[in-house]
Amino acid sequence: MKLIRYPETLVSNWTPFDQLASIRDDFNRLFESGFAPLFREARMLGGWAPALDVHEENDALVVIAELPGMKKEEIDISLHKGLLTISGERKEETPSDEGKFHRNERFYGKFSRTVSLPAEVDANGVTASYRDGLLTVRLPKSEEAKPKQITVGEN
Amino acid sequence: MNHTIDSTRETSEARTTEERFVTPATAIRQSNDGSYLIEAEMPGVSKEGIEISVDQNELIITGRRAFPSTDGRVVYREIRRANFRRVFELDGSIDRNRIAARIENGVLRVTLPLAEQVKPRKITVEG
Repeated sequence: MKLIRYPETLVSNWTPFDQLASIRDDFNRLFESGFAPLFREARMLGGWAPALDVHEENDALVVIAELPGMKKEEIDISLHKGLLTISGERKEETPSDEGKFHRNERFYGKFSRTVSLPAEVDANGVTASYRDGLLTVRLPKSEEAKPKQITVGEN
Repeated sequence: MNHTIDSTRETSEARTTEERFVTPATAIRQSNDGSYLIEAEMPGVSKEGIEISVDQNELIITGRRAFPSTDGRVVYREIRRANFRRVFELDGSIDRNRIAARIENGVLRVTLPLAEQVKPRKITVEG
């Protein structure tokens, strides 16, 4: 009676989690192809709503918005009472004598998104840049909003 | 549940090295001379991140972008951390050698002209 040990290369380990990962991928695909258009439609009720991220660093807040195919001049950024509003209008870049649409998933027209900022910012120091269709707004925090180290005293 | 899937993802992704892709919103137009124009939205992608190939009768466009990395915490996230990819089936009438593309402000524009002999031609009647 001998116990045979197979070298690793001959028998591949079956990991059940591989299948879970592919199920997850299938779900992603389903949501993308099936539901994504519905999700957009829902946003359409209020107009086109570009996707955005808000990050908080020690010294500043950073807001990134996906705004492909715009001109800098067509983007409006305003700050009021802790609310940042990014708005504008996207016009069709190519004239319509370019031809008729076979399919159009892109949005045109006015858009507006407002986010409530999680910290107080210094309005004078706000900068924004637009590159490759991404708008990045950097809002430096006001002095009071920055995290402070408090040292514990002796008595 | 998420945690279980996420922690096992590292091991399975290391094996398969599958990239995560998202389908870019696209507009397809056809002009009067029959040529097609594909406009695909790929915010964050610059010229260096674009890969276009034609394989048999498929046009594959891939756009890769660098994700904004901050050392801060994420307060709110909607931007998908994935690259863009879409496959189109080409009409036999398209002239593959003259497919041209350019990307500007995150919008990739691919023009697909028709092969010369396929364009509508007027034939004059003799006599």
